[in-house]
Amino acid sequence: MIALEKRPEPSRWLGFATPLFAVLATMIAGGLLFAALGKDPVAAIATIFWEPLFGEFAFYYRPQLLVKGAPLVLIAIGLALGFRAGIWNIGAEGQYIIGAICGAGVALAFYPFESALIFPAMVIAGAVGGWAWAMIPALLKVRFGTNEILVSLMLVYVAEQLLASMALGLLKNPEGFGFPGSRNLQQYPSAFNADLIANTGFHWGVAAALVAVIFAYVLLSRHMLGFHIRLTGAAPRAARFAGVEPSRIIILCLGLSGALAGLAGMFEVAGPSGQITIDFNVGYGFTAIIVAFLGRLNPIGILFAGLLMALTYIGGDIAQSQLGLPAAAIQVFQGMLLFFLLAFDLLINFRLRWQKGATA
Amino acid sequence: MNFGAIDPVLLIASLMVAATPLIFAAIGELVVEKAGVLNLGVEGMMIVGAISGFIIAVETGSPMLGLLFAAIGGALLSLLFAILTQLALATQVPSGLALTLMGLGISSLMGQDYVGVKPPTMARLDIPVLSDLPVVGPILYSHDPALYLGLVLVACVWWFLNRSRAGLTLRAVGENAEAAFALGYKVVRIRVLAILFGGACAGVGGAYISLVRVPQWTEGMTAGIGWIALALVVFASWKPGRAMIGAYLFGGVTVLQLNLQAAGLAIPVEYLSMSPYIITILVLVFLSADRSSAPGSLGRIFHASR
Amino acid sequence: MTALLNLHGLTKAYPGVIANDDVSFDIDKAEIHALLGENGAGKSTLVKMIYGLVKPDAGTMTLNGKPFAPHEPRAARAAGIAMVFQHFSLFDALTVAENVALGMEDAGPLRDLSNRIEEVSNRYGLPLSPASRVGDLSAGERQRVEIIRCLLQDPQLLIMDEPTSVLTPQEVEILFETLRALKEDGRSILYISHKLEEIRALCDAATILRHGQVVGSCIPRDTTARAMAEMMVGAAFETPETRPQGSGEVLLDIQSLSLPATSQFGTPLRDVSLTLHAGEIIGIGGVAGNGQDELLAALSGETRSDAAAITLDGQPIGRLGPTGRRALGLSAAPEERLGHAAAPDMSLTENAALTGHVREKLARRGFIDWRRARDFAERVITAFDVRTPGASSAARSLSGGNLQKFVIGREVLQRPRVLVVNQPTWGVDAAAAAAIRQALIDLAADGAGVIVISQDLDELMEISHRFGALNGGRLSPLRPAAGLTLEEVGLMLGGAHDMEVAHV
Repeated sequence: MIALEKRPEPSRWLGFATPLFAVLATMIAGGLLFAALGKDPVAAIATIFWEPLFGEFAFYYRPQLLVKGAPLVLIAIGLALGFRAGIWNIGAEGQYIIGAICGAGVALAFYPFESALIFPAMVIAGAVGGWAWAMIPALLKVRFGTNEILVSLMLVYVAEQLLASMALGLLKNPEGFGFPGSRNLQQYPSAFNADLIANTGFHWGVAAALVAVIFAYVLLSRHMLGFHIRLTGAAPRAARFAGVEPSRIIILCLGLSGALAGLAGMFEVAGPSGQITIDFNVGYGFTAIIVAFLGRLNPIGILFAGLLMALTYIGGDIAQSQLGLPAAAIQVFQGMLLFFLLAFDLLINFRLRWQKGATA
Repeated sequence: MNFGAIDPVLLIASLMVAATPLIFAAIGELVVEKAGVLNLGVEGMMIVGAISGFIIAVETGSPMLGLLFAAIGGALLSLLFAILTQLALATQVPSGLALTLMGLGISSLMGQDYVGVKPPTMARLDIPVLSDLPVVGPILYSHDPALYLGLVLVACVWWFLNRSRAGLTLRAVGENAEAAFALGYKVVRIRVLAILFGGACAGVGGAYISLVRVPQWTEGMTAGIGWIALALVVFASWKPGRAMIGAYLFGGVTVLQLNLQAAGLAIPVEYLSMSPYIITILVLVFLSADRSSAPGSLGRIFHASR
Repeated sequence: MTALLNLHGLTKAYPGVIANDDVSFDIDKAEIHALLGENGAGKSTLVKMIYGLVKPDAGTMTLNGKPFAPHEPRAARAAGIAMVFQHFSLFDALTVAENVALGMEDAGPLRDLSNRIEEVSNRYGLPLSPASRVGDLSAGERQRVEIIRCLLQDPQLLIMDEPTSVLTPQEVEILFETLRALKEDGRSILYISHKLEEIRALCDAATILRHGQVVGSCIPRDTTARAMAEMMVGAAFETPETRPQGSGEVLLDIQSLSLPATSQFGTPLRDVSLTLHAGEIIGIGGVAGNGQDELLAALSGETRSDAAAITLDGQPIGRLGPTGRRALGLSAAPEERLGHAAAPDMSLTENAALTGHVREKLARRGFIDWRRARDFAERVITAFDVRTPGASSAARSLSGGNLQKFVIGREVLQRPRVLVVNQPTWGVDAAAAAAIRQALIDLAADGAGVIVISQDLDELMEISHRFGALNGGRLSPLRPAAGLTLEEVGLMLGGAHDMEVAHV
């Protein structure tokens, strides 16, 4: 039987290697799943990972990588700060929705007035909206000790209902012939989050994601505040002994992750999506949890993880249309990734040893 | 607006139906948490149970067989969580999230061909005289057997935790895993069994939604009930009886807001639909101050080192 | 006399360390047998093998002439072996009766069990109420729960691991009476300790372990404590030199400090007053759980109080947090090394910055200078002889003694005006303990004030100038440590303070 033996030190190289192991294991297990669904596993895996980057239509898919990757990275960076401190915001999906509603709301309030100030105002509104939504679990946790996991998640359902109400009511396009959904912001130049370089997918959200990566990296590795965030997660009592106020860390981490998720939603509604609709959100807020762990809660790692996850989204779409692979299979595939990742994390802190006979 | 359309007797009868999935899921999770494990994957296990039970019920025509396989389906998914947290020593919070994400994916994969299919109905209890009594009849004596099973389960779990030797052991493991291990109890084995029990219960709860409550299959149909069940365990201070009362309260809120929607109240439908979630948050706020009854090693990783 | 339990050639190796190497000895019937050794000598591993928690790599055991190889504690208990653990074996949220039931194979209904508990507790002079919650009991009472749990199984051999570390001298006497009564009944006791005077008073035979090997055996009554200590440590060890106390100016003044309990089973502080002078070491004794953690937290700044309740150099600091207090020169080292004084998974450099960033100026405008932090960590490592591959090692990779030297060194090198330490040498080998005590004495000699909270009375008597005891969150009046008798100390620990006697 196998015995676990705690390493005196966490293994450093395995910290880098385990995400790769997890990706490999997911490919194998995913291939088995695809085979069970009657699809050619090799073709399916190749379609998901190869086609978007180097296939015939890569010129179309590569920009999509940035479009899908940016919100994932933006949200995951915020989540990772909290996860590092042991604060579990799993309601990013809700903060993303509220950010989009606030951003679009500001734009639609000014429609059809054109000004260079409208887009910056939308950015601020999106960030503030997501921040405020995340402040609900933060303040409840600080004031009443309420579990932030459950509150932030409940607020996702509330936000979804709010989104439906907005798409059907307040923000509905008055010229939309009664169809649900707001005006399309892509046709409102002051509000449109267009590609900064045409046809690259590089819009303001991508720029914001890169800034967030650098900001978070410096914060965590160089700044006292980042050190205190890590300390709070690694040893809460030691953090208090070091002079860290837990409530400050809670408010900071939840606030930052809410603001970043709100920004992601705002960039999405002003750009790729264009309008507030009932099914505006597609689960970025939940997938970002996988991204954060796949990136080992490290900002640089998250950048790569976000791109990889975007790849599975795009590749999954291609596999869906070309091979008839069900969309849900991709969802399972992404879930497997998180599963293997958590399982392989064991190797960082423990050594496996073969042992004869069982001893406790 | 027409409040007259709301019949209090039917309201109570239907709130019992609405509460039953919560009772199953919350009681299962309560046992898991009593063993010191926090499994946030309830939502995932419920939805897998919902589709497993649905498929079996449709294919065999037997809703009871459906419930059985829902339990198996939920338990199988929870086995993944058990492997992650008890063998691979992964942190419980992300592992539970992984389980929910997996469960949502697996269920929609399984349910592709079952959207819009009508499941066989579960026979209702029909006791001559008793079921025909006014008021008491519809409330107490004319439900499906699974609803009564839920009530029996609450009583059994209460007895198990408070009166049985095995229940004492389980509480000891949840209170202080190291001490229980030092006394020679198999901490990991007990926890794995508790996790499987929780998975089976959540699975049955999910199948109750797809077979009785709704009854049909749609993707993501559990719509957060698994998360509300988690909140219920906190609400109940880890006591089975209080979990049942809590489930009835939430069931009541859900049914009442549905009735108000049907009665055409001036509040938009979306705002009524969000009320159960908001009430869950409010309840959590009022009950979070007292955490003294939480199991001592809840959520902590146990590794038998020397 | 025939042997009850015979150990022959027991060996157990863990990667990198041989915990037990060819250990053989006998425990006779109706004998109190001492197992003596320093921390890390292999006592725990040996006991775990007897109790079925660990399986030996080699060697055999014989119980009553029959081969004995328990594969789990259940089997050991069935064979008549019971164990009172030093830590980790009670469940705070459960009642006494439930706790007892958990340690038995066939407990029967709780009501019958409660009656049996009362019966046994009266018979051996261990009063206890079966329905009370264990979390509400004192340390001595908690130990009674463990002992009764064992006695109800009618054991032939009772293993006791450091049983007196949590007791007052008076409670120790009661325990010894109980143990002697058990011996009269024909039971054997394996008594693990490193307290030599206790062993001389109680035990019939002793086996001494060092580095996993049996290095000697003796009849404790006929052997001096000094001789046993030298067998245990392997060499004559230094006792720290105490320098005369400088009667300096007042550094720290605590006036009528009262604080509510911070945790469910915590102890509130009640009306604690104390004045610490420059150059002085105050020792604070007390049985665990009488407010030690709370007092340390109130001084480190983890718990705030009224501003004026605590003054440093005449300045009120009660409302300041840990960072503010460190800046003014009040440092602390809590009892729990891993997780409180240090973050286990972080490097020594990061742990040096944990408290050092204020006084060592390791951060500028919020940005940490990791090179300076590393230099500071390396200075601590060098000055306090911390055995580690380097400053980038994780704190958890250090042995208890080395980590404790690092934690104390980290505070001492910051030249605090006042240093408060809780259990500075708990679980630390003798050489490291001596080094730590010497560092505290040197710090005081240089003009700082030191408060040492400890459960080790010998340690407190050795290094402190004045002594006080915590009991139920109250601090007794301080008395000069020189000349205090054990009886007087016991009365202070038990809560019979001069003040209260005077009021009667």
